[in-house]
Amino acid sequence: MIEELTGKFGNEIQGVEADADIPTLTVDVKGTKNLIAWLKEERGFIFLTDLCGIHYPEQENELGVIYHLHNLTANKRLRIKCFVSKKRPQVDSIVSLFAGANWMERETFDFYGIVFTGHPNLTRILNVEYMDYHPLRKEYPLEDATRTDKDDRFFGR
Amino acid sequence: MSDTNKYNLVEAPEGYSAPGFFATSLDAAVGLARKNSIWPLPFATSCCGIEFMATMGAHYDLGRFGAERLSFSPRQADLLMVMGTIAKKMAPVVQQVYEQMAEPRWVLSVGACASSGGVFDTYSVLQGIDKVVPVDVYVPGCPPRPEQIIEGFMKIQELVGNESLRRRYSPEYKELMKKYGIL
Repeated sequence: MIEELTGKFGNEIQGVEADADIPTLTVDVKGTKNLIAWLKEERGFIFLTDLCGIHYPEQENELGVIYHLHNLTANKRLRIKCFVSKKRPQVDSIVSLFAGANWMERETFDFYGIVFTGHPNLTRILNVEYMDYHPLRKEYPLEDATRTDKDDRFFGR
Repeated sequence: MSDTNKYNLVEAPEGYSAPGFFATSLDAAVGLARKNSIWPLPFATSCCGIEFMATMGAHYDLGRFGAERLSFSPRQADLLMVMGTIAKKMAPVVQQVYEQMAEPRWVLSVGACASSGGVFDTYSVLQGIDKVVPVDVYVPGCPPRPEQIIEGFMKIQELVGNESLRRRYSPEYKELMKKYGIL
């Protein structure tokens, strides 16, 4: 099946890891939505298991969106990754294909700042509305920045 | 008939008694009544809530102390027991629940997360509910055992029994409420 995909979408697929835990494709961000639509309509990957973001600061395209698709009848899973740069972190929204992607894309926007074009309501979902940064990016520390009473000497910072 | 001096009844406050009457201060009498019938609002969020469930169970039995009737409506509760991790998104809700309680009201912060954020020093967890509501007693622990929750409750009882009836009208109390933005 991987061969079929590379044949059809060859110019968008940038990497294939066929022997990872589940077959993984790294795809150019422009072709992601078409690929997922084709997989859903033509190959029966009708279940979106997960949609999440990731930040690899050492890559040139630092931010990524990772989709996990599942073909229920043939019990096949597929992982699709697409990376975007921090300067222009835009990905097509797949809400028109999978209604479940709505809140998952909002969560990815909330934590990584990836903008999903075509999303009906792209606002923060888990963090407070007045938060002004995207916390899961690697440049921000985990600890609460507004805390005043913890002495850094005792906490190894 | 069972032997009534086996049961531990509540002691009367200090006062002057003679055949037919007992005189004590109003503060003491009202305090005695209030402290033995505190109706808590269990604001149980996580693991400490489970410990509270154990505390309300038959083995540790918080009902012995008069807290048999839990209220999930703040309008009918005396004691706000915040048990568990409070996220920053939940903070205004805790404050609103506190504001809806009628005077006199007390707050018991159970567990490390409610007292100070606990292990979760992160961008999303409120580092202690005393950032949004005034707290009377803190029960540290992760989670505190039911005995410790009961001890916290008994300290609240001490505060309730000794509280002056004019405390809620005093300028210090008004200052405290203003500090939290609670009118």
